[in-house]
Amino acid sequence: MSTVTTKSTEGSTTNQAGIVLRGVTKRFGDTTVVRGVDLTIQQGEFFTMLGPSGSGKTTLLRLIAGFERLDGGSIWLDGSDVTNQPPYQRNVNTVFQDYALFPHYSVAQNVGYGLRVRRVSKVTTRERVERALAMVQMDAFADRAPRQLSGGQRQRVALARALVNEPTVLLLDEPLGALDLKLRQEMQGELKRLQRELGITFIYVTHDQEEALTMSDRLAVFRDGQIEQIGAPAEVYEHPATEFVAGFVGTSNVITTARGRCVLRPEKIEMVSGDVSLTEPGVRGVIGDVAYVGMVTRYRVTTASGESMTVVRQNRSSDGDESLLRRGDEVTLRWRDADATSV
Amino acid sequence: MTPLATWVLRLFAVAVVALLLAPLVIIVLFAFDRSNVQTFPIRSWSTQWFSVAWHDGAVRSALWLSVKAGVGATVIALILGVMVSVGIHRFRFFGRDVVSLLLVLPIALPGIVTGLALQSAFGLVAVQLSLTTIIIGHATFCIVVVFNNVIARLRRTPDSFMEASSDLGATPLQTFRYVTFPLLRTAIIAGGLLAFALSFDEVIVTTFTAGAQNTLPLWIFGAIRLGQQLPEVNAVVVGVMVLTIIPITLAAKLSNGETSVKSPR
Repeated sequence: MSTVTTKSTEGSTTNQAGIVLRGVTKRFGDTTVVRGVDLTIQQGEFFTMLGPSGSGKTTLLRLIAGFERLDGGSIWLDGSDVTNQPPYQRNVNTVFQDYALFPHYSVAQNVGYGLRVRRVSKVTTRERVERALAMVQMDAFADRAPRQLSGGQRQRVALARALVNEPTVLLLDEPLGALDLKLRQEMQGELKRLQRELGITFIYVTHDQEEALTMSDRLAVFRDGQIEQIGAPAEVYEHPATEFVAGFVGTSNVITTARGRCVLRPEKIEMVSGDVSLTEPGVRGVIGDVAYVGMVTRYRVTTASGESMTVVRQNRSSDGDESLLRRGDEVTLRWRDADATSV
Repeated sequence: MTPLATWVLRLFAVAVVALLLAPLVIIVLFAFDRSNVQTFPIRSWSTQWFSVAWHDGAVRSALWLSVKAGVGATVIALILGVMVSVGIHRFRFFGRDVVSLLLVLPIALPGIVTGLALQSAFGLVAVQLSLTTIIIGHATFCIVVVFNNVIARLRRTPDSFMEASSDLGATPLQTFRYVTFPLLRTAIIAGGLLAFALSFDEVIVTTFTAGAQNTLPLWIFGAIRLGQQLPEVNAVVVGVMVLTIIPITLAAKLSNGETSVKSPR
């Protein structure tokens, strides 16, 4: 291409591997769904875009895939500008929410599709399809039709169909949304394993905060088309930047301290019965609701000032009822000041 | 529903179907009547009128013209109908809704209007009425059935199939060839069969665009008006019925049978 020289002079920070988004903006009619997002995702990273529906995370994924055209900004892939490239020219593959397996092709034909349209030889195609199917433990199903597979199996085939092309980046749009809890947890582990082994960048869209926390190297919390916070899971959970993040990732209490408004995670609070003298920050209150969850018990406590706080206590002894506090009990809540994060 | 109501409704349904089909049954019966004059009860049965019709030169050339017109109109309808439905489904553009309305208009418009309009238009540009003009006339309403069939299938097909194909590296042409077309195939065939059936028994538009030639329906119409050769007409009508029912039945089968196009959940 003749424009290579001009590009390299203007591209300052884009010689890096991975994905760079600069001021990415997308409008549908009058509504702006993605508002000037700047983001750098490292090569080999498991990056999650977390947010409620309508927060722009899926649209951003579709912009990276090339299904939607940008209204502003640019997208760089491994140092080259792909903003105006159609999907079929981008070395990026997608695992769709509904899997989108071609109903008129067998499992093997589905997986081999990307190689077929790129005119890879038949022998090589067969080998790579076999390997990709083995990778997701679906080699025994090569000749089946997609409609003969269960949801979890389709999920695996969709994964193999994307990975067989050895993309630089794999985009996953709520891929586990349609699976039941047990299968979902199993697939979470599997996805993580594949990502580690292949060293491919994964960009994962989900609205499930637990999924985001367990799987990601880094995650971005989206709200109204913008990134509210970006960081490692522990960073985002322990030090939420805003009340929105604190509320969306896990549950939290919002309290007012000498430092101003703070969020405090329910498990950081110590709860003792009766009226104990307060050496650390704390409040007194009365237990409203008790919810026994198994591993933990969750209490709603109404404080002296009338606010409601959530406290979680681990059920450490098995004699159950003995250690449980009851509705109406008077308690004292206390915590370390350092555990309350200013927002 | 009470059992009585169910029975009344059933009876009603049977009555309606009987009323609709009775004239057709009578024609079929008379086609096998040996007699020149049609009266009930039929006294002796024969297939002689089919033989007469088959060996009638006028009927043969009319049949041949009808087949040529039907095939021609169907081919045009298939090409244009598929292209326009894919285009309208895939792209958002100014006047998109108007275009889809205009496309369907010829089937809603009285045939006499379409026919008259076409005749004046052909006259204006001094085109001789011929097989070509019949084909063009028929294509106007044949496109509609292809368009309707294909766009209905497209609307039931998730966009993610086409996106997945593009995502996996297929150019737009490859996507059409390997994904879109195979998913539409039965809808296209069904549309084509219906288009042929529609063309094959069309009278009104043909009257205005055929000129001096006769298609099979035109021959039937003419023969009835003159009141001659009535037994032979019955035989020809039975032939037209069969040739129309076969493609329509096939089309219905194709539209219902392969509905597993949607990604099963």
